[in-house]
Order: sequence, then C-alpha cells, then structure tokens
Amino acid sequence: MENFDLKKQTPNLIVMALLVTLPLWINYVSYTQLGTQVVVMGLAAMALNFLLGYTGVLSFGHAAYFGLGAYGAAMTIRYIEPSTGLGVIVGTLAGMLAAMLIGPMIVRLRGVYFAMVTIAFGQVFYFIAFRWNTVTGGDDGLTGWKRMPLDFGFAKLDIQRDPTTFYYFVLVIFVIAVAIMGLLLRSPFGRTLIAIRENERRTRFMGINVNLHIWMSWVISCTFMALAGSMSALLNNFVDPRAFFWRQSGVFVIMCVMGGMRSFWGPMMGAAIYVWLQDYLSSATPNWQSFVGLVFVVVVLFFPRGVMGIIRRKATE
Amino acid sequence: MSFLSIENVSKHFGSLIAVDGVSMNVERGELRAVIGPNGAGKTTFFNLITGMLSLTKGRVTLDGQDLAGIDPSKRVSLGMARTFQITEIFPDLTVRENIRIPVEIQAGLRMSPRMPKAMEAPIRQRIEQLLEEGGLTKIAGRLAGELSHGDQRATEIMMSLALKPRLLLLDEPTAGMGDDETYAVARLIRRIHQEEKMTIVLIEHDMRVVFNLADRITVLAEGRPLAEGTPQEITQNATVQAAYLGGEA
Ligand SMILES: Nc1ncnc2c1ncn2[C@@H]1O[C@H](COP(=O)(O)OP(=O)(O)OP(=O)(O)O)[C@@H](O)[C@H]1O
Ligand SMILES: [Mg+2]
Repeated sequence: MENFDLKKQTPNLIVMALLVTLPLWINYVSYTQLGTQVVVMGLAAMALNFLLGYTGVLSFGHAAYFGLGAYGAAMTIRYIEPSTGLGVIVGTLAGMLAAMLIGPMIVRLRGVYFAMVTIAFGQVFYFIAFRWNTVTGGDDGLTGWKRMPLDFGFAKLDIQRDPTTFYYFVLVIFVIAVAIMGLLLRSPFGRTLIAIRENERRTRFMGINVNLHIWMSWVISCTFMALAGSMSALLNNFVDPRAFFWRQSGVFVIMCVMGGMRSFWGPMMGAAIYVWLQDYLSSATPNWQSFVGLVFVVVVLFFPRGVMGIIRRKATE
Repeated sequence: MSFLSIENVSKHFGSLIAVDGVSMNVERGELRAVIGPNGAGKTTFFNLITGMLSLTKGRVTLDGQDLAGIDPSKRVSLGMARTFQITEIFPDLTVRENIRIPVEIQAGLRMSPRMPKAMEAPIRQRIEQLLEEGGLTKIAGRLAGELSHGDQRATEIMMSLALKPRLLLLDEPTAGMGDDETYAVARLIRRIHQEEKMTIVLIEHDMRVVFNLADRITVLAEGRPLAEGTPQEITQNATVQAAYLGGEA
C-alpha cells in the first residue's frame, strides 16, 4: 500500500463520515429512506461515471443495466428463492452478462452514435419488461415480494423492517463497490482508460487496443450499475419498467454532469442534489422536473465542472 | 533486407494521389529525413507506414515482417512509435502523468488492476529519467495542455521514447519552435540516435536540423520520390535545388 496521504484522503473521509453518521442527523432534514435512495442513486451515478468521466464514453442507455439488476433481484426473490443475497447476485450478474454480450456490438462506435445505440438497446429491455406481463408484471410492475432479512447463520440482520439496518446494509455494499472502482481508477489499467478519455489517437498509437479497453470499462460500469439497480429494487420492494426507460438513463447522466464528471465524488453529489430536489419539489409542484431541468441548465452553463468543480476551486483558493 | 522496407506505396484519396509509388529502405540505426514542400505527401507517407491509413498499393515491412492488415496499435507492439504534426498529448493530465502512462504500458501493465510492488521503484525511476532527458523535470507537475508549444512537443517525443521503440517516426518535431527549443530537440534526437542506436525517420522543414542530423535524405514532391541520398548528394542535386531547396538555399 502507498503511504496514507491525509490531504488526498480528506474528501473520502468527509464523505464517509457524512454517510456513516447519516441516520443520526437525517431526520432533521429528511428521512432515512431518502438517505438510502441517495446512496443507491449515488452508486448508480458513480458506476456510470466510470465510463463517462474516466473513459470519456457517453452511454445514454445505462438504465438498461440498472433495470436488469432490479428485475434480476426482484424476480429471483419472487420466483426462485426468497433470499436477498441471491437476488442481488443474480441481478448483478444479469447486468454484467448483458453488458458483456452487447459490448462488442457497440464499442466500435463513438460519440453520439454510441449514445444512440445504447438508448436503442435500453428500449429493447424496456419493451420486454412492459410486454411480458405474466412474468414481469408489465406496466404495473412486479409486486408480491419483499426484501428478506439477512441470515448469516451466526447472526440475523432485519433489513426488512428496520430502515436504519437496511441503510447500513446498502452503505456496506456501496463502500465495497466504490472502493473497487476507486482502486481500479488509480491502477495502471485505470490510467489507460483515462488516457483514452484524454486522447484516443495518442493512446492507440501507444499500442493500446482501445475498443477492448472500452469494452472492459463498459462491463465494469454496467456491472456496478446493475448492483445499484438491485439495491433500488430492495429499497422499494418493487420494480417497474420505467427503471429501464431512456429517461432514467438521462437522469444518471444529469447526476454526473451536475455533480462533476471529473471528480470521483462528483456524481454522488449530483445524485444527492437530484434525489433531494425531486423529493422536495415533487411534493410542492407537479412541474418539479422543469425546476430540476433549470438547476441542471444553470450548473452546466455556469459551472462546467459541476458542483464538485466549484467546491474544489474554493478549496484551492 | 532493410530494417524498414517500403516498396512502391501509393495512397489515393478519390482522384487525388497523395503518395504515388514511393519506395524507401531504412537500415537499422539509420536516421533518415523525409523532406519536401507543403502538401508533398510526407504526413500521408507516415500514415501509411504506421497503419493509420490503408495502402492503395505497395508493401511495408519491418524487420522482414509484412505489415499488411496489422492495426496501428499492434505495430506499436512491434516496435514502431510516432509523433504527430499536430501534437497529440493528454492535455488534462500533468506532464509526469503523460510520461507515466506509456512507461506503464511499455512495462506490460496496460491491463493491470494494481501496481506490482516490485515495479513501483523502477517505473518511478524511468519516469524521472525521461523527464530529465526531455528537459521536462521543472514542469513535470503542470498540466500538459497549459504548456508552451515547444514543451508540448518535447513531451510528446518523450512519450514516444517511453515506449522504447525500435523505429521512431517524428513528423516535424521542431515545427513552430524558437531557435533554443529547436536546438534542444535536435540535440535530443541526435543523442537517442547516437547513444541508443535508435532507427529514426524524421519529417522536417528546418534544413539546419535536416543537414545536421540525417544520414540520408528522401525528397518527396507532389507525392512522388524526387531524390534520395546523403545530405551532400542532396545539396548538389540539381533537380532538388530547382524544385525545392532553391528558394531557401
Ligand atoms: N485524409 C485525407 N483525405 C483527403 N486528402 C488528404 C488527406 N490527407 C491528406 N490529404 C491530401 O494529400 C496531400 C498530401 O498531404 P500531406 O499532409 O501528406 O502533405 P505533407 O507533405 O505532410 O504537407 P505539410 O508539409 O504541409 O505537412 C494534400 O494535398 C492533402 O490535402
Ligand atoms: Mg505533414
């Protein structure tokens, strides 16, 4: 391990301190489930940003993998075995497998073409979930199941009824996933991805098989996306086809851009702002999406590096 | 057979013939300059060698191996590195990171999810050595995109050298540089040629650099080979004088 560098670790420590203590203070501003929602969406946004911010590839169809994770978990618990752990594993693997298979068909594309084809694949899953009512519940979503308490043999955790216990369960998953992504991005492999983002031609002329590396980044990103999706299903005890819809993909992109794609925690910040705004505004006005859109436009116009970009600049001043 | 052997290559862009039946043989350890007026097809010729463009006609072999159908990235693994006429670097990364990436790639770590402990020190050493040789140590912590043109080009050259190529192709390395920078780059090229015995092909407009460094010179004009020879032969060549050097000499 490299030596512990306090200055570099400060952002990580702040985020961790806030998240670990969240159940203690959240009730003054909101409620625990909303905190859980922030962590789940934060994981999703950070998963997308692995590809978007650190490989420089824009996917507009990541909801597909979020949805696969969600349906994978829900259907496993509903039809196969009432086990939360198995549900999460099946959901995540389903997303990973789909990404591995779809990847080779899209990694040759760049820019807008890549984005459009990812949307198209996403919509395919949406229509399957929508049409195949007998299994997926169709438009009404899949009900009749619940996340199950965790049983480790030596100990039981009631994540089913106690929201705080469930919050910490999600947080542990989040920390593991984010740590893996963080370590990968600081490795030689991660630097190769960043090189592709910075200058694809230069990277290719350093001997890198760019398409292969984009495929790997894509699979990693989609896998963590599916993990987030399975968490989301558990949080709501419910899934519906909108999890797959392209608009949901757009929401993940908005979170990344709003928070700051060039910052590791930026997408988490974006997710927190989005989830909170949605919760706050949707009870005040049915037009809440216009307001969120307005905030988004303001951030993009005036703070191209997102909210984290502002914080960083203030911190260095 | 020569180390780099180019036989009768052509490149057509629609009706435009950018490179028209050019042959060139470069021996191991040779420093070859390719000169010619603007639009002569020099960069296109490089793009054919590195595989960035496909050949319309002809054959390119490196160390006896036919490169037909081999992707540019694989040609790099065969020992071919290049710089571009318009600098290609990683603008939002520091100079040190710009160098680190090719050093790690060269060390075989391109897919490594963690840095092997035993390699940390040698890699750091190699990065610092390259920074030093390129005169980049003082600016190593700055973002490459914010550097002067000359420093960016020096960074790109060192990034290529980090790959430890057997054949280095430089497209106008001193273009847009002041005299001091030109001198520094020329000295660097001479050093890697003489001390490391690297085979180098160099496109260059600055005739002082060309006549000082090159073992042999190939002259292109309108896509066709006009002449080839030692610097002395080229200066005495009447056709070259008339077509190209006349104005400057
Ligand atoms: N991708 C391309 N498509 C069409 N035409 C091209 C392409 N690349 C180069 N050309 C044309 O081919 C000719 C040779 O261009 P090239 O860039 O190889 O010349 P050059 O000798 O490198 O010139 P310079 O000294 O200005 O760099 C020019 O007429 C150019 O416009
Ligand atoms: Mg050129």
